[in-house]
Amino acid sequence: MARITAGIATSHVPAIGAAFDQGRTQEEYWKPVFDGYEWVKGFQEREEPDVVILCYNDHASAMMLDVVPTFALGMAEEFEPADEGWGARPVPTVMGDPVLAAHLAEQLVIDNFDLTLMNHMDVDHGLTVPLSLMFGKVDQWPVRVIPLAINVTQFPTPSAERCWQLGEAIGDAVRSYPADLNVQIWGTGGMSHQLQGPRAGLINPEFDNAFLDKLIDRTDDLRAITRLEFLRESGSEGIELIMWLIMRAALGEKVEQLHRFYHVPASNTAVGHIVLRPAG
Amino acid sequence: MKALPMRTRLYSLDELEDIPGTKVFTAIRSRQAYHLHKFCMSLMEAHNRNAFKADERAYLDRFRMSDEQKEAVLARDFNKLIELGGNIYFLVKLSNTDGWSTQKAVGSMTGMTADEYAAMMRAGGRPIEGNRSIKEGN
Ligand SMILES: [Fe+2]
Repeated sequence: MARITAGIATSHVPAIGAAFDQGRTQEEYWKPVFDGYEWVKGFQEREEPDVVILCYNDHASAMMLDVVPTFALGMAEEFEPADEGWGARPVPTVMGDPVLAAHLAEQLVIDNFDLTLMNHMDVDHGLTVPLSLMFGKVDQWPVRVIPLAINVTQFPTPSAERCWQLGEAIGDAVRSYPADLNVQIWGTGGMSHQLQGPRAGLINPEFDNAFLDKLIDRTDDLRAITRLEFLRESGSEGIELIMWLIMRAALGEKVEQLHRFYHVPASNTAVGHIVLRPAG
Repeated sequence: MKALPMRTRLYSLDELEDIPGTKVFTAIRSRQAYHLHKFCMSLMEAHNRNAFKADERAYLDRFRMSDEQKEAVLARDFNKLIELGGNIYFLVKLSNTDGWSTQKAVGSMTGMTADEYAAMMRAGGRPIEGNRSIKEGN
């Protein structure tokens, strides 16, 4: 039987990817950011997950122009890193898991989540920066990845509560998969940031830290946050945090916090990172 | 036939306009900027970036964008582009083509110089206090 053994959340700032690719991780500005991810790299070596269900958003790389799916599941064997305007990131091709993805699609639609299924898509920094942070520089990624892209950019986005429900259904779907697999689920994006207009640069550490606290054992509060409140309190791009709730809900009611990190800034963004273990 | 009532919202849509210095990217803005965004996404291919750099105006004329949108692209006026429906994730394809960092593109919308903006971010970013609501001034 497949098991979800950990839930991991992290920001997915493109500038972190650029610093990583250009070997600037030890520079004064970037060192504190990358130091925050040393722990999880050791954790991953011990855990050896088989598959990651990776919740992220596409940043106008594969979607958003002609189609704006609310929830889109990556079904392919391979996903290539996207060229976001200055060449694709020099990271390995992301290998998928079409059989588990098909199982998820089938189970989730039975649970009334009418997903969009993606037979082809490139993946951008939203997906590849978290992989670099969790596994470092590698010739090939040590896990298969099922991308789950969420619309967090075009209003109306799904609600926090809807994301929570989807996470619960994903947890059930994984636990009903017969193969013996070590599965992780990741939620990415956030924390507070705003990338547009005169309010750009907004950071709200009180909101972010309360979010991290409540992610452990006061999740009802997080499910009730409206889209308006995310936009107001965490910036127009801070609403990416709804993707963390998919991750958290898939873990079940109780979790143990294994690691937590918060740092301001990386470029325009507050960086948050947490590692959780389902507890009974 | 009697019109049906709309579904109840948790808050009025007007409140989305009440966030200072912020334009919420909606389905209708996405339509307004469709051709602008098509141009931006074309810059994900190197040969298109080269064609754009060789003659910006001629390249823009391949797209069914409004003249206002074209002028704003030429001026790299990101606030204007957002006012005309644009979304930052499309627009950074343009600033990436220029070799700008995302921080430079984003900071250009704040009325600060790139150095001032970078210094504000290093010092912890723009505070939430006073930036929540136009109406409430909090
Ligand atoms: Fe993002």
